Amino acid sequence: MTTATTFVGSSVKRVEDPEFITGSGTYLDDIKLPGMAHMAILHSPHAHARIRGIDTSKAQQHPGVLAVFTGKDTAGINPLPCAWQAGGVENHVNTPHVLASDEVRYVGDAVAVVVAEDPYTARDALELIEVDYEPLPAVVDPEKATQEGAPQLHENAPNNVCMRWTAGNQEATDRAFEQAEVVVKQRLVNQRLIPTAMETRGAIGSYNPGTGEFTIWMTSQAPHVMKLLLAAFVLNVPENKIRCISPDVGGGFGSKIFCYADMALVAFASRQLGRPVKYVEDRTENYQWTTHGRDHVTYAEIAGTRDGRITGLRVRTYANLGAYLSTIAPGIPTTLYGRMVPGVYKIPATFVEVLGVYTDTAMVDAYRGAGRPEAAYLIERMVDLFAREVGMDPAEVRRRNFVPPNEFPHDNGVGMLPYDSGEYEKALNRALELSGYPEFRREQEEARRQGRLLGVGLSSYVEVCGVAPSAWIGLNGQGWGAGLWESANVRVHLTGKAVVTTGTSPHGQGHATTFAQLVADELGVPMEDVIVEHGDTQGTPFGFGTYGSRSLAVGGSAILRSTAKIREKARKLAAHMLEASEEDVVWENGRFTVRGSPESARTIPEIALAAATGYSLPEGMEPYLDETSYYDPPNCTFPFGTHVCMVEVDRDTGETRLVRYVAVDDVGNVINPMIVDGQLHGGIVQGVAQAMWEQGVYTEDGQLVTGSLMDYALPKASMLPNFELDRTVTPTNVNAMGAKGAGEAGTIAATPAVVNAVMDALAPLGIRHLDMPLAPEKVWHAIQERSASQKEER
Amino acid sequence: MATRETSKVPVNLDINGEQYDVLVEPRRTLLDCLREDLGLTGTKRVCDVGNCGACTVIADGRTGYSCLMLAVESEGLKITTIEGLAGEDGLHPVQQAFIQEDALQCGFCTPGQVLSVVSLLERNSDPSDEEIRLAVSGNLCRCGAYPKIFRAARTAAQIMSSK
Repeated sequence: MTTATTFVGSSVKRVEDPEFITGSGTYLDDIKLPGMAHMAILHSPHAHARIRGIDTSKAQQHPGVLAVFTGKDTAGINPLPCAWQAGGVENHVNTPHVLASDEVRYVGDAVAVVVAEDPYTARDALELIEVDYEPLPAVVDPEKATQEGAPQLHENAPNNVCMRWTAGNQEATDRAFEQAEVVVKQRLVNQRLIPTAMETRGAIGSYNPGTGEFTIWMTSQAPHVMKLLLAAFVLNVPENKIRCISPDVGGGFGSKIFCYADMALVAFASRQLGRPVKYVEDRTENYQWTTHGRDHVTYAEIAGTRDGRITGLRVRTYANLGAYLSTIAPGIPTTLYGRMVPGVYKIPATFVEVLGVYTDTAMVDAYRGAGRPEAAYLIERMVDLFAREVGMDPAEVRRRNFVPPNEFPHDNGVGMLPYDSGEYEKALNRALELSGYPEFRREQEEARRQGRLLGVGLSSYVEVCGVAPSAWIGLNGQGWGAGLWESANVRVHLTGKAVVTTGTSPHGQGHATTFAQLVADELGVPMEDVIVEHGDTQGTPFGFGTYGSRSLAVGGSAILRSTAKIREKARKLAAHMLEASEEDVVWENGRFTVRGSPESARTIPEIALAAATGYSLPEGMEPYLDETSYYDPPNCTFPFGTHVCMVEVDRDTGETRLVRYVAVDDVGNVINPMIVDGQLHGGIVQGVAQAMWEQGVYTEDGQLVTGSLMDYALPKASMLPNFELDRTVTPTNVNAMGAKGAGEAGTIAATPAVVNAVMDALAPLGIRHLDMPLAPEKVWHAIQERSASQKEER
Repeated sequence: MATRETSKVPVNLDINGEQYDVLVEPRRTLLDCLREDLGLTGTKRVCDVGNCGACTVIADGRTGYSCLMLAVESEGLKITTIEGLAGEDGLHPVQQAFIQEDALQCGFCTPGQVLSVVSLLERNSDPSDEEIRLAVSGNLCRCGAYPKIFRAARTAAQIMSSK
């Protein structure tokens, strides 16, 4: 038996793996219920059109078809909710109906469903539905959508503006720019990304006519929130009559947080037909109508002194929200982006203006990093452009402007909660040292003389995670429609085996391992005696789910509250069992002993037995060790670090080769280093991919070009170098573990590091900025243009 | 329904050393047959058009995308799926190595990745880094576990050669 206090901090192998590695996990599409029927969805092929009529008669007569539903049939279902409006400003809210009946506003808008005996038949019958569309003009670019004469999506949102939101001090910022020695301006496009979890989304609805209860299996990162939203806002069913279950979920990256039409449709269809109904989207649907991420057009200006001090930052961003508001869409480019743009720098005056804009595209919502990657990209690109303008090394400019370690908690001036802790220069120094930055600069100089294009890029980032204190994020503050605490129940059964239930809902992060490590140490039991359950709203306490790198910082804290309560009760019972006074009973080496006589001891399993049998309990004590906690954090956490990317660009082909990638991250204390490294690896891959390859592309009239894995440039194994990871550790005092969160750091840091490296490589050609992705063709064109104009200049 | 039933044809499949007799529509893919008719759901559907490798199986010693194979054309092939790897003496060395090197996160692409590495090591017991990269280049992983997948392949080769 392994003893206590050995699990936290060690790279324990994941308890999830044996199931996944043998193919015996249970993902949504692996679930088969007796009598289950299959649903397929007809999506609009037009970006914008009026629906003049829908003829479903042929589909209804197709053999094997059980029912066809259109918007007329689902008129009793409310539009999907928007649960996070931009705080403090008016939002012109438009959310989708589960089936559109009068107008469609993007390619992918749902128009009708077929329920059939099997999925093949359901899909065959979709082709028999005739929809009479009257095409309307469409707009896909968020900046163009706000201009005079652009096609209008919603009556209540003139010029397609959903909301205008600001943060910071406009007057002081304007003054800083008037007085600045140097001003650098740049238009930056943070392109649309498509999350592309390997498992597509889906849902199974099962209605029990006897009890009036719905069970809905779903590929969700937040099943409790879905239960709440579907009950209270969409289906008008009492909340205690809906049970939501997230089985194993094959990746989400944000896209599975949200409330989708199919969740309501399978529930509706099941009630209509009296049979369970399954829907699983195919890959094309996943690209068309599961939410996208990013998509900002930003005008950024940075002001400073000739000696490299930043004195002001002014930002105006057009944030594309898509055709309607997804569940938490407006909160992303405001609270999570606008309030993070100053990054790791002490900037005396910052002003941010964000316009949330409707366009004829798929809804845009949180995608890994959610707002913070856009913020980090903005400030890290601008700092590099500023460094180039004043002729200083970008590392030195960063150093000169960092928030110093003795100035925490730090107020960044744009309304973010105070940054908890940070040693930004320490992480930068470590990254420079590990990557051999000075040597590379010398090598680069030599290479440039030979005409080779070597570049190095830095990204010193800070992010906000562990979201969030309810009083701050909630309706009176940042506009989030509920709280954002987290929950946990810990039970120790009669036999000493423990079960932890959590309101978080993992989908690849290894929570069952990390959480078991925490609990095993706290209870002094072997890890294999602790099982973590999640994802079923029946049997787990209400929780807000997994996103925003919050599950350990907030969910883990709730677990520790519960184990503390168990330990407190167990201590009382141990004293009773050992016939000692409570004050003399102490927790040592994973068991309770009596001070001064270590030979008399009781372990948690022994106490659990006594608590469960109840034969002899102290007066007034209830049987069983079973404690629930709801933990609302006092602050968010702010991980940080510096990534260094080294590249060589091929002058003849425009191709970028990643030569080295060094990441120094500070995520506070680490429970399982192996799992944290995996999260960082994955994050960096997605961040590098945005810089180099990925882009969700629509034609001007709103057709999705990147609608398959052939067209959307997901990185492959052969495209990436090995990453060199290192850590500094600056604990946070926000939670008892001192842990900050690691799920998104890599994605946030990597994108600007790569772009800065490529721009550094292209600097000798006078190329200042290119928008992502830095695909060979784009870089080659830029090189050709510069070479041509340089020849003309000669 | 009757007309559809009669359009089905009998097929005999050899999966993980067991014989299965099934009636399938001629258009039914091997992937659907495995998942829906035989209950072997370890083989995953991600793209259904041969872009991602999640549905990889080994057929007569070569990896194939089961979404691009019809059940009816799979008759006579010896097919291995993820369910057929672990034996009575425990996990296959490649499965062990994936756990040891933390080469999986959400697990959805994992069966395909594992089978691609198994097939590689059956053909080449000491592959170079480049050969490993090539072997899994048809298997997408959105969790970005690639560096650890490479390591797992190397570790698996070591485990297998020491046996």
